Amino acid sequence: MNQKSNLYRKEKIYGFLFILPPLLGLLIFTLYPMIYSIYGSFTDWDGLGQMNLVGLSNFKDLWTDELFHKALFNTLFMMLGIPIGIVLALLLALGLNRGVPGTTAFRVIYYVPVISSLAAVSIMWNWAYNGDYGLVNQFLDLFGISGPNWMANKYTVKPALIIMAVWKGVGYTMLLYLAALQSVSRSYYEAAELDGAGSFKAFWHITWPMVRPVTFFIIVTNIIGGSQIFTEMNIMTPTGGPEYASASVVFYIWQKAFGNFQMGYASAMAVVLGAFIFVVTLIQFRMNEKQSFDVD
Amino acid sequence: MKSRRRVTNTIIFILLLIGAVFMIGPLLWMLSTSLKDKQDVFALPPVWIPNPFQFGKYKEIWEAGPLLSGIKNSVIIAVSVTLIGTFTSSLAAFAFAKLKFPAKNKIFLLMLSSLMIPYPAVMIPQFFMFSKLGWVDTLLPLIVPGLFGNIVMIFFLRQYLSSVPNAIIEAAKIDGSSYFRLYSSITFPLIKPAVAAQLILWFMGIWNDYLSPIIYLNSPEKQTLQLVIANFNATYAIQTDYPLIMAASIIALLPMLIIFLIFQKQIIESVAISGVKG
Repeated sequence: MNQKSNLYRKEKIYGFLFILPPLLGLLIFTLYPMIYSIYGSFTDWDGLGQMNLVGLSNFKDLWTDELFHKALFNTLFMMLGIPIGIVLALLLALGLNRGVPGTTAFRVIYYVPVISSLAAVSIMWNWAYNGDYGLVNQFLDLFGISGPNWMANKYTVKPALIIMAVWKGVGYTMLLYLAALQSVSRSYYEAAELDGAGSFKAFWHITWPMVRPVTFFIIVTNIIGGSQIFTEMNIMTPTGGPEYASASVVFYIWQKAFGNFQMGYASAMAVVLGAFIFVVTLIQFRMNEKQSFDVD
Repeated sequence: MKSRRRVTNTIIFILLLIGAVFMIGPLLWMLSTSLKDKQDVFALPPVWIPNPFQFGKYKEIWEAGPLLSGIKNSVIIAVSVTLIGTFTSSLAAFAFAKLKFPAKNKIFLLMLSSLMIPYPAVMIPQFFMFSKLGWVDTLLPLIVPGLFGNIVMIFFLRQYLSSVPNAIIEAAKIDGSSYFRLYSSITFPLIKPAVAAQLILWFMGIWNDYLSPIIYLNSPEKQTLQLVIANFNATYAIQTDYPLIMAASIIALLPMLIIFLIFQKQIIESVAISGVKG
């Protein structure tokens, strides 16, 4: 008995010891800064002088800040890429799931943009969107369409970024769908066929419900990722684009914090962004509770 | 029926092929541009196969900017973080999965919920923390946090460890094995493939990171590869030296492409599992 409790005490100590690094990391690099961000959002922090509490004034300013509204609208608008990507990825996965020749090669090719550096592909797409010599307009020329100067036009800059985002991310989503499709038992389809269901019906009543958890996971992670979009605009439109039409929320936070040293104001935006992501993730946790996180 | 299926499959194959052209086309165009001379870049209609191939830009870029130090910095950050961070992460995953200690699940849940906090929400205070330490414009702010481990990796390895039977560990415990030995000589070898896949994904994430380096690194010789090529882009676009810019971008992209082609099976499996498990 004594020996057993001794053993347990030792296990307790080692258990704590082993998880100490990530726990400390979490406290120092995430929780403490987060509390500081929240505190900073209520101050006039400029990074140099004193931090004076100013109540809700930063948030009030956000309410009327046109550039913030633009950045927010742009960020949300670019999330239109999410449904487009989902539909394309699912179609690709359905195609690949039939076992056509070259499946492995296709998987690799569609995944290459995913692993490519975002900075490098932003540079490449920026050149591809060049109005006179860009690949995109040269392609459109084949159909007699003369394309715009994509990144310099406030109406085309967002669609251009969406196209690029879909291109960059579709392989990842496709892979997740492919994995999900492969776990759907064939017997469902055989039963459906016996019942005389066509392929569309089979898709609608079997496939789509079966991949629902994956769809949900993709939507949530894409919203979280999409709300933090930054690198593309920083490289492709360093000034925020024509009439600030391509600036994102993180782009604006970054500009305010490290360009204008309005740390308090930038913190307020960061808090708003954090709250948004918190809510989205919370929904995911709630919806997923039954299926995954089985913390015994 | 069978022939109809074959026709459908052929159509699908062709559609997938067209899609593949769109996926890989821009990257090939990038490669082709990097091998052209400056006039050919602006040729209409476009030249896909440069004539002649100009490899000069791949020599020029090494002198045009701090490309080599960019690679070195990226390697230093990614290697030190992933090696030490993988050790701390896998040790913690082992403790969470196989050891008993109070508040274990509460702490684990706390860690999981911290994933909801996005980097932009904490980057400003983090910046001031590191600036007080005098670490701005050094690689330390990009290295040190990672050494404490990666929560996504801990989560993934913990799930993976649940398939390792407790009996093996209990038996070793009774034999008087130390806890660290339980981890190093029993658990770790069993989870090696999962660790490798996670390590590669993490490495790629750090290699391709842009936001945190741009916040911390100012001097050209301190910058990571991603910042170096972004600066190439800003500088040489004015001179319309696109072959040079594209050559630099290819250099930035190539290491991950090679790693991916070597480990594509593990990477793809790892991604698929993490997605399906949610």
